[in-house]
Amino acid sequence: MNAPLRFHPRTPDSSYADLVQDAVVDPSLYTDPAIFEAEMDKIFYKTWVWVGHESEIRNPGDFKTAQIGRQPVIVVRDKGGKINVLENRCRHRGATVCEKHKGNATGFTCPYHSWSYGLDGKLRGLPYPEGYEDVVEKADLPLQSLRVGAYGGMIFASFKQDIEPLEDFLGHARHWIDLFMKQGAGFPIKVQGEHKFSFKGNWKIQLENTTDGYHFPVVHKTFLSSVDAETSEMLSFMTDDQSITRSLGNGHSVMIMVPEHVDLDVDDGSEQLQERFSHIIDELSKTMPPEQVRRIVRSLHGAGFNLNLFPNVAMSMSFFRVLHPVSVSETQIRHVALGMDGGPEIANRERLRIHEHFQGPFGFGSPDDAEAWERVQAGSNAGRNVPILVNRGLNREWVDDNGDKVSHSTDETGMREAYAQWKKMMEQ
Amino acid sequence: MSENLQGIPEPMAKAIAFIWKEAELLDRKDYAAWQDLWIDDGFYVVPIDPETTDFAATLNYAYDNAHMRKIRIERLTSGYAMSAVDAATTVRTVSRFVPVHLSAELVEITSAQVLVGYKRQQHTLFVGNLTHRIRFTPQGPKLEQKVIRLVNSMDSLNALGFLL
Repeated sequence: MNAPLRFHPRTPDSSYADLVQDAVVDPSLYTDPAIFEAEMDKIFYKTWVWVGHESEIRNPGDFKTAQIGRQPVIVVRDKGGKINVLENRCRHRGATVCEKHKGNATGFTCPYHSWSYGLDGKLRGLPYPEGYEDVVEKADLPLQSLRVGAYGGMIFASFKQDIEPLEDFLGHARHWIDLFMKQGAGFPIKVQGEHKFSFKGNWKIQLENTTDGYHFPVVHKTFLSSVDAETSEMLSFMTDDQSITRSLGNGHSVMIMVPEHVDLDVDDGSEQLQERFSHIIDELSKTMPPEQVRRIVRSLHGAGFNLNLFPNVAMSMSFFRVLHPVSVSETQIRHVALGMDGGPEIANRERLRIHEHFQGPFGFGSPDDAEAWERVQAGSNAGRNVPILVNRGLNREWVDDNGDKVSHSTDETGMREAYAQWKKMMEQ
Repeated sequence: MSENLQGIPEPMAKAIAFIWKEAELLDRKDYAAWQDLWIDDGFYVVPIDPETTDFAATLNYAYDNAHMRKIRIERLTSGYAMSAVDAATTVRTVSRFVPVHLSAELVEITSAQVLVGYKRQQHTLFVGNLTHRIRFTPQGPKLEQKVIRLVNSMDSLNALGFLL
C-alpha cells in the first residue's frame, strides 16, 4: 500500500526550518523574498562558498572578482603567493575598488578619492592625509579579509572567521574532488573559459538540477540525438544499476552517470575509444605511448559523475557549475570549462568544443534546462499549499557503511541531502 | 532593377541586400533556407572574448562548422527542444555597414545589429557587432563566416532558443 503524502502547509507560526519536511518542500522556498534574505545571512554569509580555481590566479598579482551572495569580493594572489579574498569595498565611502573580471595588479585603488590598497588588503596610502591626522590609523582600515580555504585547487571563502576547517566541511566530498581532478590525465586542471547565463528562477532550482538524473533524457532529448551513438550510449544511465547517487553530508552529494569513468586511473581495457576522437588519437599517437593516449582520450568527457557541493558549486563531469543567487527569482549560472594545464592543445580544444556543444546560453543543453527552471519558478506560484516533491527513490534508498545514503542516480537523494543542510542552517 | 544603391559600390550593395535577406530569414526562423546561404566550410561564431580572432583556441558561445550548424538546426526545428518550441519572437535591425574588404569575389563587411526578443511579457535586447564574409559564387552570394560580437558577451546572457 502506498504511504500517504504528508505535508503541513505553511502557517504564520511556521519557522523557515519547518518548510522542509519529510522529502517535501514548501513552494515558498522558491518565491518568498524574506526567505531569500534569510538565506543570504544564514547560508551564504555563514558557510564556505566557492570563489575560484587556483589556475585562474596563477601568478602574484593575478586577481578575479566574484560575488558571495550580494557582496562583491576580490580573489587575489599576493606577492608571497598567498591567496587572499577581500571585500571589494573601499573603507572610506564604500565604492568598489575593482570592476574588472580578472587581471594582474600591484594593488587596488579606489576611483573616488584614490585610497590605495595592497594585494593583502592593507591600506597603503590616502591623498591629502593631513585631514586624517589623529582621526584614523591606516592599519585599522584594510580591505576586509575573508577566511580562505583551498582543496584540490578549489578556492573557497567564508565571511565567518571561526568557521570549521574547509576539509571538515567537505568531508566525504574530498574523495570525489580527488577523483574529479583525475580528468587532467596526469596534468593539473586549468580553467579554459566560462559561459555565464541567467534564468528567472530561484537558486535552489539550479542546486537541485545538478543532482537530477531524472530530467536528463526528457529535457536533453535533442542534445542526445545530436551526439554520436557512442556518447549517447555513454549517457544512458536511466536503468543502469551501477548509476547511483550518494549523499555525502553537509549538503553535498554525488550522482554517478558513467560508472566506468568514476576513477579514470582504473581501466580494464574493455572500453572502446570513441570514433569521434579518432583525429585526436592519430595526432597524439605520433608523440605519446598508447597508454597515455588512451588515458587522455578516456578523460575528454570528464569524470563520470556530478559532485554537488552545497551551496554554490558543482563539479559536473567536465566543468564547474557555479550558481550566484541574484534575487528570490533570479539566478546567474557560470559553466567553467576545464582543460589540461600543459596538456596537448588538440585535446584541450576538443574539450572546448564539447563544452560549447552542451553548455551556456547558446548550447544544446543549458537553454532547455533554463526553460524548465523558469517554468518551475512560474508554476510554483500556483498551489500555495501544494508541496514540491523531492521524494523519488525513498523506497529504494539505503545507508552505506560510512553513513552515506545511496539510491539510483535518477532518485532525489542528493536534493534531500541539500535540503537537510538548508534546514540545519536556516534554523540556526 | 539595379542592385546599386546610390554611391555604394556594387559588391557592397549586393552584400547589404544579402545581409538583410539573412536577417529576415532568421527573424522568420526559416532555418532551412538560412542553412542554404552557407558554403560548406563556413563558420558561424558567437565569441565570448571581445578581442579574440583565434576562435578555435578559445571558448565561444557558438563555433559552428557545417556539421554543428546542421545539428543545431535539427535541434531548433525538432519540436522537442523546449527552449526552441517556446523561443522568443525576434525583430532585428542590421545597419551601420562598414566595408572591410570589397572585391568582385569576396566582401567582408561589419555592421551593427539590434535584436529585440519578446517572450513571456518581456522584451530582451541582444545588441552586437556583426562581421559577414560573403563570397560571390556561381550559385550566388554565400556566407563564408559570420561573427556576432555581443556587447555584453563577457557578462551574463539570457538563454537563447533562436539564432543571432
